[in-house]
Amino acid sequence: MDLFLQNIVNGLQWGSFYALIALGYSMVYSILMLFNFAHGDVFMVGSYIGFGVATALLGFVALTGIPLPGWLILILTILFSMFFTSFVGMFIERVGYRPLRDAPRASAAITGLMIGIILETGNLAILGARRLRFPQLVESATYQFGGVYVTNKKILIVGVSLGLMFLLHRFIQKTKWGMAMRAMSFDFQVVPLMGVSINKIAPLTFAIGSALASAAGILYGLAYPVLDPYMGILLGWKAFVAAILGGRGSILGAALAGFLLGFIEIFVAWIFPSTLRDVIAYSIILLILTFRPHGFFGQAHSTQLRL
Amino acid sequence: MDIPGHTLQRDKKGVKARLKNFAASVPLIGWFLGFMGAVLVEYFLGDLISYYLGLPKIPVLFGFLTVLKRPLLIPGTVGYLLVVYGLPILIISKFLQKPANKLAGFLAKGPVTIAALVHLGLFYAALHLWADLSDYRLLVLKLTMIAIMLTLSINVINGYMGEFSCSHPGFMALGAYTASTITLLLFANDKQFGDALLPEALGPYLFPLVLIAGGIAAALGALVIAVPSFRTRGDYLAIISLAFLFIVKSLIENLEFVGGPRGMSSQPHYSTLPMVFIVMVLCIWIINNFVRSTMGKALNAVRDNELAAESMTVNTRKTKIITFMFGAFWAGVAGGLFAHVLRYVNPGSFGIQRLAEILAMVYFGGLNSVTGSIVGAVSINILSEALRPLEIYKWIIIPLLLILVMLFRPTGLIAFTEFKPKELMKPRQKSLEG
Repeated sequence: MDLFLQNIVNGLQWGSFYALIALGYSMVYSILMLFNFAHGDVFMVGSYIGFGVATALLGFVALTGIPLPGWLILILTILFSMFFTSFVGMFIERVGYRPLRDAPRASAAITGLMIGIILETGNLAILGARRLRFPQLVESATYQFGGVYVTNKKILIVGVSLGLMFLLHRFIQKTKWGMAMRAMSFDFQVVPLMGVSINKIAPLTFAIGSALASAAGILYGLAYPVLDPYMGILLGWKAFVAAILGGRGSILGAALAGFLLGFIEIFVAWIFPSTLRDVIAYSIILLILTFRPHGFFGQAHSTQLRL
Repeated sequence: MDIPGHTLQRDKKGVKARLKNFAASVPLIGWFLGFMGAVLVEYFLGDLISYYLGLPKIPVLFGFLTVLKRPLLIPGTVGYLLVVYGLPILIISKFLQKPANKLAGFLAKGPVTIAALVHLGLFYAALHLWADLSDYRLLVLKLTMIAIMLTLSINVINGYMGEFSCSHPGFMALGAYTASTITLLLFANDKQFGDALLPEALGPYLFPLVLIAGGIAAALGALVIAVPSFRTRGDYLAIISLAFLFIVKSLIENLEFVGGPRGMSSQPHYSTLPMVFIVMVLCIWIINNFVRSTMGKALNAVRDNELAAESMTVNTRKTKIITFMFGAFWAGVAGGLFAHVLRYVNPGSFGIQRLAEILAMVYFGGLNSVTGSIVGAVSINILSEALRPLEIYKWIIIPLLLILVMLFRPTGLIAFTEFKPKELMKPRQKSLEG
């Protein structure tokens, strides 16, 4: 029982990375009906930007002697890198997606894929092949509830990601921009005629998605401190699976499916030999998709390829 | 009054137009003869020429590698390319223009098969001599041919059918592992499976059957994806095929009898150049016939409007499933060849990276086009070999190139064209036609 609860906690942590990244995929898909295959690498870039910001802040503290507490540095790091990474997202939209809005949808997917490769290789070329260690901004502490061990980092990771998701939900449901985004996802060809500019909404979507990915990157860096340029590939593609599993374009679905994917992977690794994790986890997903082809919250609609 | 600039410009235009005229009047077989001549020159005089031009040895891949490593050798390399490739091709195609046209006219009268065989035979002979000069060339050539097969087979799915399939490395892995298991089990004495069950001499002759078995394994894998995913239209296939890719890779990593994550090695040396060439030609021929058949037309109809196709008596579900399995079959065959070219496979070589490579080739070359696939596969492959000295910057240049292609020609370089061997091989002078 204790082990079960322990794995629930682990699954929550692991799932929050997937959920945060999947949100970015899902938002872009709901608005433009396109996959942003560079998103996994935006996560990586966000993590590196977070590393840079954190190092700079620590350097600032060391230089000036102003005693900033660790949690403040962490919050500042998350905020600053979300801000910076959103520009990466907007850049990708401007370069790779806006010119291709009327092209076959696969072409934009390919540009996204290629931008992703450029981000990876560019990182490798600039920073070299050494792996960076993410600075530990908070002292780790372990709490025990019954037989379940919970570190403060796990609480932090799950808390921050749930908080961000809540904020996103409020933003989309309550603000004018959010309303514009919802309208755009309803029909992105008619809504521009009503005075909502897709050239503002699409960059906004990419920016928000990238900011969330950046937050995920920093939280990931807290949990697994070693950064490398290819860390976004596998996580990104798996989050993409989660985004589809949640129902194409459904924000809530993407978040839930992200957590579900995390749970499945953790529990499979717990019950079966951990090398079988991918086989069983993705077979389960195949099964789910066989019976619910549109994911959890997706609507049954057919998309025509614009070829 | 004479305006010098004016005449100069006209002259320039004249040269260009004449070159164009000349190029248009040489039939395919003329170019092949020219290429053959160039290869012969290189084969017999290459060492001598490169010595006099101050090159350490014959430039292996059109001098790209030499130039990028030692920029001082640029003039020598350019000279070498001109002397060895440019001049013979120009001279031979110029002098043999008339006989070549006559020959092409003669061949055009007979059956297409014979004409195609003559062309291919000549082309193969030239390639064989070209690859004979270095093992590196041989390897690049074989891998390029395999890439052509992969690109063509994914074009059937992503281009002609208009779905977005991500599982091609998975099919390739199925083919590679099935073929390797069979050859290692039957024809080779190795550590993994013990002694050979059949006499080793039979191996090369039964290898085509082994490849077909690999293809069938891949096609069965495709069936697993196809049955659930073609119930609804949309981006559903993308995700199912991606999940399939993860499953296949992870499954192979867990199967201890095929070596697990360490992979399989010491496959017998069956993927010789003629073997790969023949399989590639068969693949191009069959796929080209497939996409031009009624089935292929039905396929395009399904892509453009599924509802309309359905009402025109096309059985859309059957069409899609058969096509998907057909594409996967060729990917499996290519995988089998791949395993026997490198004579080593491990699960790591069939991951997301390979997927990005295959997708790059097919979208670079052009959707819905056999010619485009060939162009895409050859150019991306040669480019990625040629830029090897740039190390990681290669992976900035190639993606940038692809992004540019996507921005300016969103469907790829040569998209939506038909590949007509008969047109290609016909004589190029009006008087000799018919």
